Amino acid sequence: MSADRRRLRGGVAIVGAAESDELGTLPNKSAFALHAEAARNALADAGIDKADVDGVFCAGLWMASETAEYMGITPRYIDGTQIGGCSFIAQVEHAMAALEAGHCEVALITHGESGRSRIGMPGTRFGPDSIRLQFENPFGLYGPPTGYALAATAHMRTYGTTSEQLAELAVSTRRWAEFNPRAKVRDPLTVEEVLASRLIAWPLHLLDCCLVTDGGGAVVLTRSERAKDLRSTPIYVLGTGEASTHVYVSQMPDFANWDAARIAAARAFEMAGVSRDDIDVAQFYDAFTIVPVMGLEAAGFCEPGAGGAFVSDGRTGPGGAFPMNTNGGGLSYTHTGMYGMFMLVEAVRQLRGECGPRQVAGAKTAICHGLGGMFSASATLICGTEVP
Amino acid sequence: MAEDYAGPIPVPLPETRPYWEAARRHELTLPFCNPCGAFFFYPRALCPTCLSADLEWRRVSGRGRLHTFTIVYRGPRTFPLATPYVLAMVELDEGPRLMTNLVEVDPDPAALELGMPVEVAFVDVNDEIGLPHFRPAGASR
Repeated sequence: MSADRRRLRGGVAIVGAAESDELGTLPNKSAFALHAEAARNALADAGIDKADVDGVFCAGLWMASETAEYMGITPRYIDGTQIGGCSFIAQVEHAMAALEAGHCEVALITHGESGRSRIGMPGTRFGPDSIRLQFENPFGLYGPPTGYALAATAHMRTYGTTSEQLAELAVSTRRWAEFNPRAKVRDPLTVEEVLASRLIAWPLHLLDCCLVTDGGGAVVLTRSERAKDLRSTPIYVLGTGEASTHVYVSQMPDFANWDAARIAAARAFEMAGVSRDDIDVAQFYDAFTIVPVMGLEAAGFCEPGAGGAFVSDGRTGPGGAFPMNTNGGGLSYTHTGMYGMFMLVEAVRQLRGECGPRQVAGAKTAICHGLGGMFSASATLICGTEVP
Repeated sequence: MAEDYAGPIPVPLPETRPYWEAARRHELTLPFCNPCGAFFFYPRALCPTCLSADLEWRRVSGRGRLHTFTIVYRGPRTFPLATPYVLAMVELDEGPRLMTNLVEVDPDPAALELGMPVEVAFVDVNDEIGLPHFRPAGASR
């Protein structure tokens, strides 16, 4: 089976990537408007006409078909995978499979979310008789911070990870945002300021938590032989992986370790045939500071428990040895609710060398390591400008 | 307190109703899989390990250990516990873990150790539903 997946390495490429026209607080734009803007921009970036799109991928109930309808597209391949914020990274794997099998020629993955203004947002599936409403919410589980804090506590108490280490990650990420004009918050940040920000759910402070914004993003994929005829530098899909261990945080198998991420990353590296040392630029989902810490461990960049030390001393910031979340991340750039799409867009731009003052010089290979739910799911993409 | 209860009130599913019926009597019961010889949680129609429907409800001790926790400073607008409150995972002596509130403790990280022994303490929210909170084992009532 694993040999079969290695055969897929480099067979498809990302040929278009873009955000919506604006990001931030956009009460004048619905979620579907953001989908459509981003998709239009990504198709323009690729130089592909809307009429050539035959595969549409969006996260959520009815989302792919409604986005297609909104944009006047009649897809022959439809994927509505919803595994949280990493859905779009998983959909790169799904698009690869569909393109390689010949089910579609041009795959459009779109995201639009009015996470802050809540304009035209679909409802939740967690009704009063759901497991969450029966066995979690009656105890005051309140949105993502409380769930992630349960894992943060376990990680700190098991491995000795400190609030200062988590704050260092927020500071390094903010330093990248200073170089990104589209980032929502760009003022310099200190460890002391993170630690002095109000507690949301101990051990997580306000500045351990991501932004809540409105925005959209989209990527376009096609088979690599077709990509060569397009105007942009093809960003080859080298390795992919995805996994889901649970939905409800109370079902998390091990609160100090992110099992889904370990599985997804291992599959992606096995398929890609590259080592951790080959990664030039990294995007690690940062809904909360604890998430990349556990993600780096799970993806094998450090030992379990060593993530706090790994992100210390500015290692992930500009000029650090491990440039990560170079757009400013969910912590400082944008986080609509399902942030994974923006990781793909930034990875593509870094590999194309389009990032200006925040460009990682000579970046050839990137990783996007995504999060879904409450450490529930993960999806990993390794992509590059060359096929090893 | 019943009519005034401000928090979310669980609505049972067919496979979870016996749990809530027992909780109303202040009894903590869990589904037990006969082929596996093991408890599981949350309640399902089939055992998540072996997919058998050969299940029975068994009362458990109500004792366990604090598995992990958070101290919530920003909670739901309408929730009966004042912030900061302790949202916790408890691992029962019988194996499964469940989410709960740890009560009768200081909401102070220094006062809360993973592994500390805890015991169930039900709180009634209305005539139909009792919620299993936990407190340090042996705490005064």
